[in-house]
Amino acid sequence: MKHIKTINGKTLNRDIKEAGCGECQTSCQSACKTSCTVANQKCEKK
Amino acid sequence: MIHAFSMHGVNLALDVNSGAVHVLDDVGFQVLQCYSQEGKPVHEKLEKLKEILPEQVILEAMDEIQTLIGEGSLFSADPYEDYLPQWSKKTVVKALCLHIAHDCNLRCKYCFAGTGEYLGERSLMSLEVGKKAIDFLIENSGNRRNLEVDFFGGEPLMNFDVVKEIVHYARSREKDSGKRFRFTLTTNVLLLDKEKRDFINEHMHNVVLSIDGRKEINDAMRKRVDGTGCYDRILPLAKTMVEERGHENYYVRGTFTRHNLDFGEDVLHLADEGFEQISVEPVVASADSGLDIREEDIPRACAEYERLAKAYVERRGSGRWFNFFHFMLDLEGGPCIAKRLRGCGSGTEYLAVTPEGDLYPCHQFVGQTRFRLGSVFEGLNGNPVREEFYQANVYEKPECRTCWAKFYCSGGCAANSWKFNQDIKKPYKVGCELEKKRIECALWIKSQEFAAAEGE
Repeated sequence: MKHIKTINGKTLNRDIKEAGCGECQTSCQSACKTSCTVANQKCEKK
Repeated sequence: MIHAFSMHGVNLALDVNSGAVHVLDDVGFQVLQCYSQEGKPVHEKLEKLKEILPEQVILEAMDEIQTLIGEGSLFSADPYEDYLPQWSKKTVVKALCLHIAHDCNLRCKYCFAGTGEYLGERSLMSLEVGKKAIDFLIENSGNRRNLEVDFFGGEPLMNFDVVKEIVHYARSREKDSGKRFRFTLTTNVLLLDKEKRDFINEHMHNVVLSIDGRKEINDAMRKRVDGTGCYDRILPLAKTMVEERGHENYYVRGTFTRHNLDFGEDVLHLADEGFEQISVEPVVASADSGLDIREEDIPRACAEYERLAKAYVERRGSGRWFNFFHFMLDLEGGPCIAKRLRGCGSGTEYLAVTPEGDLYPCHQFVGQTRFRLGSVFEGLNGNPVREEFYQANVYEKPECRTCWAKFYCSGGCAANSWKFNQDIKKPYKVGCELEKKRIECALWIKSQEFAAAEGE
């Protein structure tokens, strides 16, 4: 494309049917004790 | 829904529901805004654009936008709400924050824990309570294998013998329970002697070392009981600790207030001192503290995040790599959408334990009796407030439902919502605005990394 470059594809809805296994780390357990940051976590399955 | 914005001369568009991210030239950006902005019909706005752009390039950009819409990576529909019942099922408890010491050897001005004692007396957790907490976690974690325990305070090094005994007890129960424990410790560093460092490095998956940045900034807030600053003591100790850990699995973590809205300098100072894993976060303080970030501070704080993002990219590109916790965004392999809807898990899968063994939704709710969820001795008490935490997903929060950032912040911090709005479903506005700017910075950083990789 000439005017638009995609730097990340459709990643949010990719694993929708397998979502929610609950094995991931809780969000406040790393550095973040006073503000919630979820999107920087890793999925335990990947 | 999309979110289109420009930063440092780069035009970006996030397709909210699919997570697709696009970089656009000025023509593409202007045409896209005709589609996305409210007001007059799309065709009228496009007609108006012909007054300043050649029709041919507008048609080219329209064609590309239509292609992306057809592929489901612009203005894509929200497919998630139908799955909510499936993802809102009752979950097990998988993490505990143990308040090892409601006491502290610092008197930090911004401390949300009331300089250690929270809303109660100064006290230390006994080994009996600690063991019961481990038993509680094992019994309430269902089939989940990996469990997390965070040693918190106050200052946990003031009760370190109990920390060690709890670790040994948990390890001794791993085999019979089929569980595996992952420990984290958060400390102000003052008492971090060799023996403690060795134990932490052997047993703790992660360690969080509190330091605010520049000496004058740190020492204005983080004072000993006698009023003296702690920077000169903690900086070398923190460096030694990180060195001994092989520079892995740690964070140096600072807090900024409205007195250092140039907090980027503190982040860069910590990087200059050799730390590579850095988190510096906005204070959560009440309006009468004089330290709280106010609405009028937001523009300056946002500009500082943008400035820091630029320095971040420049340094990472010139061999001075460091990581800033709030710019981390794993677009490819981040958490699943179910996690993104529900947030941190406070009150549901994550609970805090006081020195007396009482259970609360998280460390920031400790001492507020309305939120007491039971104790490690009696178990969960059926407090109906817990149901509010189960229900608090981004679709249940009116402000979040229509917000472009909802799948990245996951509805924000319940404790902050309660603190400022007395409603865990009503997010804290200042926190939201800063979080949105951090996400924009993270996306801009991705665009720079993408461009650099393409240029190689």
